[in-house]
Amino acid sequence: MITFTNNSDSEEEPCNERTSLMSAESPPVPSYQDGLQASEAGEAQAHRKRRTGSSRSPNNIADGDMSDSGVPVRESALENEEEELTLKYGAKHVIMLFVPVTLCMIVVVATIKSVRFYTEKNGQLIYTPFTEDTPSVGQRLLNSVLNTIIMISVIVVMTVFLVVLYKYRCYKFIHGWLILSSLMLLFLFTYIYLGEVLKTYNVAMDYPTLFLVIWNFGAVGMICIHWKGPLQLQQAYLIMISALMALVFIKYLPEWSAWVILGAISIYDLMAVLCPKGPLRMLVETAQERNEPIFPALIYSSAMMWTVGMAKPDTAARGPSQQAWDAEDGRENHRSPSHTDSQMSETRSPVPTRPTTSLEELEEEERGVKLGLGDFIFYSVLVGKAAATASGDWNTTLACFVAILIGLCLTLLLLAVFKKALPALPISITFGLVFYFSTDNLVRPFMDTLASHQLYI
Amino acid sequence: AFFWLVSLLLSSLIWFIAVKASDPRDQPLQKGLLIFGVMFSVLLQEAFRFLYYKLLRKAIEGLVALSEDGCSPISIEQMAYVAGVGFGLMSGAFSMINLLADALGPGTVGIHGDSQLYFLTSAFMTMVLIFLHTFWGILFFHGCEHRRWWEITAVVVMHLAVSGSTFCNPLYVGSLVPSYLLMAAAAAWAYLLSGGSAQNLRRFLLCK
Repeated sequence: MITFTNNSDSEEEPCNERTSLMSAESPPVPSYQDGLQASEAGEAQAHRKRRTGSSRSPNNIADGDMSDSGVPVRESALENEEEELTLKYGAKHVIMLFVPVTLCMIVVVATIKSVRFYTEKNGQLIYTPFTEDTPSVGQRLLNSVLNTIIMISVIVVMTVFLVVLYKYRCYKFIHGWLILSSLMLLFLFTYIYLGEVLKTYNVAMDYPTLFLVIWNFGAVGMICIHWKGPLQLQQAYLIMISALMALVFIKYLPEWSAWVILGAISIYDLMAVLCPKGPLRMLVETAQERNEPIFPALIYSSAMMWTVGMAKPDTAARGPSQQAWDAEDGRENHRSPSHTDSQMSETRSPVPTRPTTSLEELEEEERGVKLGLGDFIFYSVLVGKAAATASGDWNTTLACFVAILIGLCLTLLLLAVFKKALPALPISITFGLVFYFSTDNLVRPFMDTLASHQLYI
Repeated sequence: AFFWLVSLLLSSLIWFIAVKASDPRDQPLQKGLLIFGVMFSVLLQEAFRFLYYKLLRKAIEGLVALSEDGCSPISIEQMAYVAGVGFGLMSGAFSMINLLADALGPGTVGIHGDSQLYFLTSAFMTMVLIFLHTFWGILFFHGCEHRRWWEITAVVVMHLAVSGSTFCNPLYVGSLVPSYLLMAAAAAWAYLLSGGSAQNLRRFLLCK
């Protein structure tokens, strides 16, 4: 989800306690949250929160006092400015999201290409119980569809569970759940990953050093993600855990199931965010009603919003994106909602909605964009699967990569136009799937023949 | 880059259909189909360049309408350059990347009697194509802007010529030399169109 920080749609867990730790009040993070995917408590489900947010001044103020104080008079006058600001910063947002998405994909592709472990089939997850080693094509297709149904229903159940928890304000529970998830992801998966990488490159490592490295990595990660930390470090950690999660998916999802799941997830995302009764949308609306900030975990935010020394609780946009991890059998999915720190920009506009915010300070704040971690994960799954299984190798991977980025661009464009939470998955995944299958089957023979004759087009 | 990719997709689709519909054992026919595929792909690429120009034109109009002082933050010439670079990079990446990946592995070039300069000439050819795409982008957009159809046809003809010259491979003299000459011509033309002149060049070189 890409969210605009217009309305604080906190899809994510309403970690009120946490937010109260960070920012005084529910910052009216005017972020749009796109999909919020609840992870199962038991299973490692990634929560995906997608929020597309464009920072619009008028919308941002999620603070109770703000929202209505929106200067209606200046609305029209400001509208043009906002339009311009939106477009101007639209391009910036796009770039701000390109870099992390690209980095995540690069990490995943590099690992897939070099470490054999992630392309070996070593069993399947409990979420996809049907095997694909069947003799007939029809059976295989049926199995993959059944796997997809199970997986999607798990995700739906988790999301609904999350929404219910949020509605009934069981913040502690959600909090604990997220912490457990991130703990598992940061420690266990990193350990496995490191082990495999060391095995591939035949590097000897003793346990004490390994323990030290992983302990430091994990502890700093926990602090950065759930509490405070330098923005770039936090972003780096989020990218790393998205990549780890994507690698787990790539390893444990059987071939056809993975593609069908990708397709189904984008459809689900579309429905969950846009339908009036969709869980993610309900989450967003609930958060808006309560004027709570969007759940920071599970969201990658490209800029931080923080006001210093303001009497009013500033927005808790202190970058921390919590990640909702559903630790389940060691599987964790993160879906971080993306928030756009449009709040920042919002405050920037001379709208007196936030009298207490120090405008000067916010002047320098950049509008940020927030993207759910789940989006990162599924983008990387698509590209990683393309790298792992395509016989055309790099051409297919490159084509999928470009397709996903263009999809992201289009989604951000729509975000700027609609100014509400939008799902970030459908367009990109559709493009990615189309390009994957067409490049693998159509372009590859063409390019191979051209290359063998050394013809250029 | 995306537009180039889409054009490649469509042209491969056409070629693939043609190949599947024909007899795989008939060598000259396959070669003929390949040539047809290449030419068709070139034409499609130029068509997509034109579509991209249309899209950018609309975008510029939007930007101008929204901007404060009536001029857009990015000019059509800059967009032309970027479009050309995007096309070139995508085309170059698709041409080279599998070769590079294979080059990392073991093997001997040309052991079955093919040319030993395969990698080298591929690299040069790719480079010249990337440059050419950039220049063609500038020329093409300039032609579209000022309604000079002959510029557009010149670009298309040049592209066809360069692709056609690669049919001479492995007789590399026939493909590399004309391509580089065409590139020099296109470079000079694009430079002049972008406002450069001999004086500018001299001043630049002499660091005045």
